[in-house]
Amino acid sequence: MSAVLEVSGLKTHFFTHAGVVKAVDGVDFTVSKGEIMGLVGESGSGKSITGFSILGLIDPPGRIIEGSIKFNGEDIANAKEERLQSLRGNRISMIFQDPMMTLNPVLRVDTQMIEAILAHEPVSKQVAWERSRDALGLVGIPSPEERLRAYPHQLSGGMRQRVAIATAFLNKPDLIIADEPTTALDVTIQAQIIHEAQKLTKLTGTAMIWITHDLAVVAGLAERISVMYAGRIVEQGGIDDVIDRPLHPYTVGLLGSVPTANRRGKRLFQIEGMTPNMLALPEGCAFGPRCHARTDACRMQPSIEDVDGRNLRCFNPQQAAETVK
Amino acid sequence: MSDTIADPALSADTPAKVETPFQRFRAEFFESKIATGALAVFLIIVLLAILAPWITPQNPYDLAQVSVMDGRLPPGSEAFDGYTMWLGSDGSGRDLYSAILYGLRISLTVGLASGVIALLIGMAIGLIAAYAGGRVEAIIMRVVDLQLSFPASLVALMMVAALGKGVDKIILALVIAQWAYYARTVRATALVERGKEYVEAAQCLGISRFRIVFRHILPNCMAPLIVVGTVQTASAISLEATLSFLGVGLPQTEPSIGVLIANGFEYMLSGRYWISVFPGLALLLTVVSINLVGDHLRDVLNPRLKK
Repeated sequence: MSAVLEVSGLKTHFFTHAGVVKAVDGVDFTVSKGEIMGLVGESGSGKSITGFSILGLIDPPGRIIEGSIKFNGEDIANAKEERLQSLRGNRISMIFQDPMMTLNPVLRVDTQMIEAILAHEPVSKQVAWERSRDALGLVGIPSPEERLRAYPHQLSGGMRQRVAIATAFLNKPDLIIADEPTTALDVTIQAQIIHEAQKLTKLTGTAMIWITHDLAVVAGLAERISVMYAGRIVEQGGIDDVIDRPLHPYTVGLLGSVPTANRRGKRLFQIEGMTPNMLALPEGCAFGPRCHARTDACRMQPSIEDVDGRNLRCFNPQQAAETVK
Repeated sequence: MSDTIADPALSADTPAKVETPFQRFRAEFFESKIATGALAVFLIIVLLAILAPWITPQNPYDLAQVSVMDGRLPPGSEAFDGYTMWLGSDGSGRDLYSAILYGLRISLTVGLASGVIALLIGMAIGLIAAYAGGRVEAIIMRVVDLQLSFPASLVALMMVAALGKGVDKIILALVIAQWAYYARTVRATALVERGKEYVEAAQCLGISRFRIVFRHILPNCMAPLIVVGTVQTASAISLEATLSFLGVGLPQTEPSIGVLIANGFEYMLSGRYWISVFPGLALLLTVVSINLVGDHLRDVLNPRLKK
């Protein structure tokens, strides 16, 4: 499997009046063809900014200051706006969190979908319409002709997210960045949306980055997982390795805080403290002050190392795994 | 599609017919009796003004039809040419009923033309300001602020003084006096819309900036624009009447409503009320009906004001 996307040493900082916010501070990962990678972290850990950096949609005062984003071998970290515009929606698509907000309320579904095709391909409107209809059928929307004529407010949340997914897949992109696409949906619809996304990536060979804070979603969906904390990846590896044997204390904490049937009646684990202020990150390991397993060594910034078949940014992986269990 | 999953929402919200936002808006608008009535009054006024040459006994612009002998006749008098002057006549012998309908033509033309032109110009400038941001926005908005710190009538007065008389010049003066209101409204709405997720989503689809601004942001700014448009059209009509009343608007030979009111002003104290009052009522009715429609449009189009 060849790499569709290779992100290395990506740093996206925001230069605000209050100081420099290092939203993404040295992130590396690779996504191969047809692979789904889960990008997990708390709010403010930089996972969405990573997604927007790939699309080149970082607005001032933010910008990518370092690192490369190799998309099909081409570095797009500092590409021109025209080049990025020709990639967006065409080779790289995005699915957003809130389907209520991402469709333009005054335009019909067909207008918005046809537009997404015509922006990249000089086909006739009729061809674009037929492709839109087929795409809606593919994501499990019954009577797509009728839905195409509808306005967004006439569709339910789940249907709108299906429309958004269909739109993202319209131009058969190589990569889709899904930014918490199921967070705003209720659980039954969530399962269906995940199923559709999984089916479509299999069908089209599209790679996918699934950004979420919900480990349960990723566990059933992704092949690999990257856990982000305060702008850095702290643990990265195969889904089974990380979920079954987490090594980083933060991953351990996250997994411990997910309610499961075999822990019924017990108190859920809680990670102490709050997400750090991105303007005043603690020295050394950013997770240090909240960590159960911290030692004196944690006053230094741990580098990312190969441990037990995965990438890990921690000095005390073994103790960490034992603390909660 | 054999593996389609049954989504309860898919069948639950299947609408019987596809209702466009416009249909919904129309249904809500006609819920109000006052607004419907006001709209009807306004449409009747427009119809009367359009049909003026066919339903009036006299063409007040044709000096051959105007006789000084008929001057200052009270309502109901018979004219020299044999028709009844139901609303009386003014100092130069113009049948007021005819003069008012012809005057409304001018007033409405000026009001609507300046309203539409100012809307288009203000809209374009406001959108540019909102989308460009930075220095361009700062300069445009300071000009807008500067202009809005003067009363519109003063700006219009200065422009007419500089440009001279005539319908085209009045329209130009009113456009210059009013574009800033539209620009400010559009910019404020566009800034809000620009921050919404659907704009980001459109960017992620690789849609060009131009298209995003005009196809995605602009239609979402239409609601407040329509409201400001109606209110500003009414104010343009009264502004034109003001200018004409002050004698700087339209010439005596082309009497707009304002000129008619001004003509009768000197007779008010001598008891010949009709020369000013009837044109005044016509103006009042026009402006009030437009404003009532505008007020209700604002209520319908602003979801925060919904009961």
